[in-house]
Amino acid sequence: MSDSTFEPVIIGFTCNWCSYRAADLAGTARIKYPPNVRLIRVMCSGRIDPTFVLKALSEGADGVLIAGCHPGECHYLEQNYKALRRHRLLQKTLAQFGIEPARVRLTWASAAEGALFAEEIAAMVNEVKALGPLNWPARPLPVATAPAEIPKLSEVAA
Amino acid sequence: MTDNSKPESQERIGVYVCHCGTNIAGVVDVESVARFAAEDLKDRGVVLARDYTFMCSVAGQELIEQDIHEQQLTRVVVAACSPHLHEKTFRGVCERSGVNPYLSEMASIREHVAWVHTDKAAATAKAKAIVSGTVERVLKNDPLEAIRVPIDAQTLVVGGGIAGIQAALEVAEAGYEVVLVEREASLGGHMAQFDKTFPTLDCAACILTPKMAAAGSHPKIHLFTWSEVEKVEGFVGNYTVTVKKKPRYVDEDVCTGCGICVEKCPVLVVDDKFEAGIGYRKAIYWPFAQAVPNLPVLDPDTCTYYVGGKGGCKACEKFCPTVPNSIKFDQKEERVTLRVGNIVLATGWDLFDARRIPQYGYGRLPNVFTNLELERMCNAAGPTGGKVVMRDGKSTPETVGIVHCVGSRDRTYNRHCSAICCMQSLKTAHLVKERTGAEVYNFYIDIRTPGKEYDEFYQRVLDDGIHFVRGKVAEITDIPFDPAEASRNGAGTLYVQVEDTLAGMQRRIPVDMVVLSAGLEPRRDSAEVGKTFGIACSSNGWFIEKHAKMDPIATMTEGVFIAGCAAGPKDIPASVSQGSAAAARVLNYIRQGELALEPVRASVLAEQCSGCRLCNGLCPFNAISFDAARKVTEINAALCQGCGTCVAACPAGAIQGTGFSNAQLFAQIEGLLRDFSRVPEVV
Repeated sequence: MSDSTFEPVIIGFTCNWCSYRAADLAGTARIKYPPNVRLIRVMCSGRIDPTFVLKALSEGADGVLIAGCHPGECHYLEQNYKALRRHRLLQKTLAQFGIEPARVRLTWASAAEGALFAEEIAAMVNEVKALGPLNWPARPLPVATAPAEIPKLSEVAA
Repeated sequence: MTDNSKPESQERIGVYVCHCGTNIAGVVDVESVARFAAEDLKDRGVVLARDYTFMCSVAGQELIEQDIHEQQLTRVVVAACSPHLHEKTFRGVCERSGVNPYLSEMASIREHVAWVHTDKAAATAKAKAIVSGTVERVLKNDPLEAIRVPIDAQTLVVGGGIAGIQAALEVAEAGYEVVLVEREASLGGHMAQFDKTFPTLDCAACILTPKMAAAGSHPKIHLFTWSEVEKVEGFVGNYTVTVKKKPRYVDEDVCTGCGICVEKCPVLVVDDKFEAGIGYRKAIYWPFAQAVPNLPVLDPDTCTYYVGGKGGCKACEKFCPTVPNSIKFDQKEERVTLRVGNIVLATGWDLFDARRIPQYGYGRLPNVFTNLELERMCNAAGPTGGKVVMRDGKSTPETVGIVHCVGSRDRTYNRHCSAICCMQSLKTAHLVKERTGAEVYNFYIDIRTPGKEYDEFYQRVLDDGIHFVRGKVAEITDIPFDPAEASRNGAGTLYVQVEDTLAGMQRRIPVDMVVLSAGLEPRRDSAEVGKTFGIACSSNGWFIEKHAKMDPIATMTEGVFIAGCAAGPKDIPASVSQGSAAAARVLNYIRQGELALEPVRASVLAEQCSGCRLCNGLCPFNAISFDAARKVTEINAALCQGCGTCVAACPAGAIQGTGFSNAQLFAQIEGLLRDFSRVPEVV
């Protein structure tokens, strides 16, 4: 990315029990990270509907961070695995939309991992910076949207 | 559900930006944020925005109350610290002033902005975006009522060690019923195995057995020993638990504990549980002399009757003097279902298996012992009658090496400090010196003696003339370096190879006996137990507290508390304190009679549900069920924990998640990105 002044905007979805508290801890410990991420609290990473991610990207976010409890440490026992599954699927879908999968990052952070969470944010900001602005959905689609002419049903039938 | 019929412009939102002294104001231009809210968010219903030094102070709270009354505010946004700190405070302000508490929201601009950023302009811009997102979100909030659930006064305590006994006694003394479940055949836990307790050198049995007896005979405590909790269903105040009673082969109602059966049993086996493998028990045995309840238990794996394919011996039955006979060879596993309101988990710890460090030779070199073996040896009621002897059972060691931090503070095994081994090693050193007069060497990494009178005890042990070598032991071997070393020390000598980091040299110290201070580990089945009770273990296996500092007794699951070593290594005073603390928390809930729960729950709009059942397999709390007659899914609000996974999964949008609805989250996303959305070019 040539534009070095580009500052990406990233929406971060964090779960109430681990990753939001990791962000709180990063604050309490005064660990510094880039100001590009804006956090939204949900009860569990399992609550994150893929449409939230698409909504954020379409509203102007250049990236989305999804953060949950570590596998096996979910407050709701196993719902972060559902977030993991959805993330995998979403990444495939994004690629088909022509969006770099790296723009939607999944990470785990326990309530004790403020420093790790800050590092993840810094790493993601750098990565998205390198990718450049998303400008979605204004960005041209990589494949032709639809056939130029679709014959009418009546014509086909006749 | 969002009430879309109400125009948002009718809402009157107050935005309050906290300085938090200079905590926020030092980095974020709070006045500018307030101005932004008042001017740029006017069209979103913000009627006033203020900045104030400390919003959480009485004056700050009164400011909001006054505005609610005078300006007829209908919703409140406080941009300050994390909601985990003061959400309750500001909800309380709203409630006092006649606004539904769930119509308030906090924007975290301290933990998530001021404390983590240095660029003032960027921090201020981010704070504005967060306030914008929070305003959009609060507009979509619904007035909610806390869910109130009744609390059953009966309490379940799992684990009959000192922490569990303490918790059970405290609740029972307050007049409430307690079910105390212990996996082993007697109460007592690890403490019952110890000889002396540091730093006072009280006899462990002398201080523990009265508590065991009190718990065993308390009319309010219902004891289930040789039992395990198999299933837990329900939620705070309303748990249904299934307890599995393993067959003891002894009728608890008839047996008098006379002990004739134990005396007559001809089978002698190594007791690797209570006696840590250095003593014997019979096939029918008491866990130990002061066991509570005072009932023997029969071990079918070693009993001649069972080993011989249910034939022969039966000496115990023949000599049992009770009528009817107490021995019940055909006793079966039993299951008891109980209702309890709260649960205290005091499931304790397992000893690190010293065999895992082969270079220390435990299990291979006969005179390498574990600390637990030494405890049993020092105990007057133990297999050696309190004598410290070598593995041959008779010779007294002249030199003894004690190795600290075995399996603790070691990247290969456990990174944690087991907290008790320094003091326990010092105690062992003192006891060995006292009983054998041997030269005692302590090999330590650091000496950690932070408890009351602990360091004084360390000084006392230093004065005993015990040697301290600072360094991690590399190897314990019985192979001499050369013939000269062999002839100097004689056969059977153990050599402790260690780097003395204070002297800056390698040392090789010949000793007759080595004691390994093996560390404390989580119970091997802690992950399964956690799953049964719906609580989580950290990656190293200890149960996770609700908050490591501010709430070390509660867990993320309401009504499930933890005490003692289940959440990490602790000494006896800390375990006792936690037992009492857990009881206090339980009594608090019991006395409240009912509990208000966060109304964050999922519910199904039946008319929108297509009956696809996609959500049915997603709930680990079994809150989702399918009504086959109506062909729609239903959610049991009492079982739902509010994670929202099903809400996200419903393709029809038929599942609503209160507190975190789609409308709220979409609005928040829009608000957060409001300044930054790029208008898509129309092609």
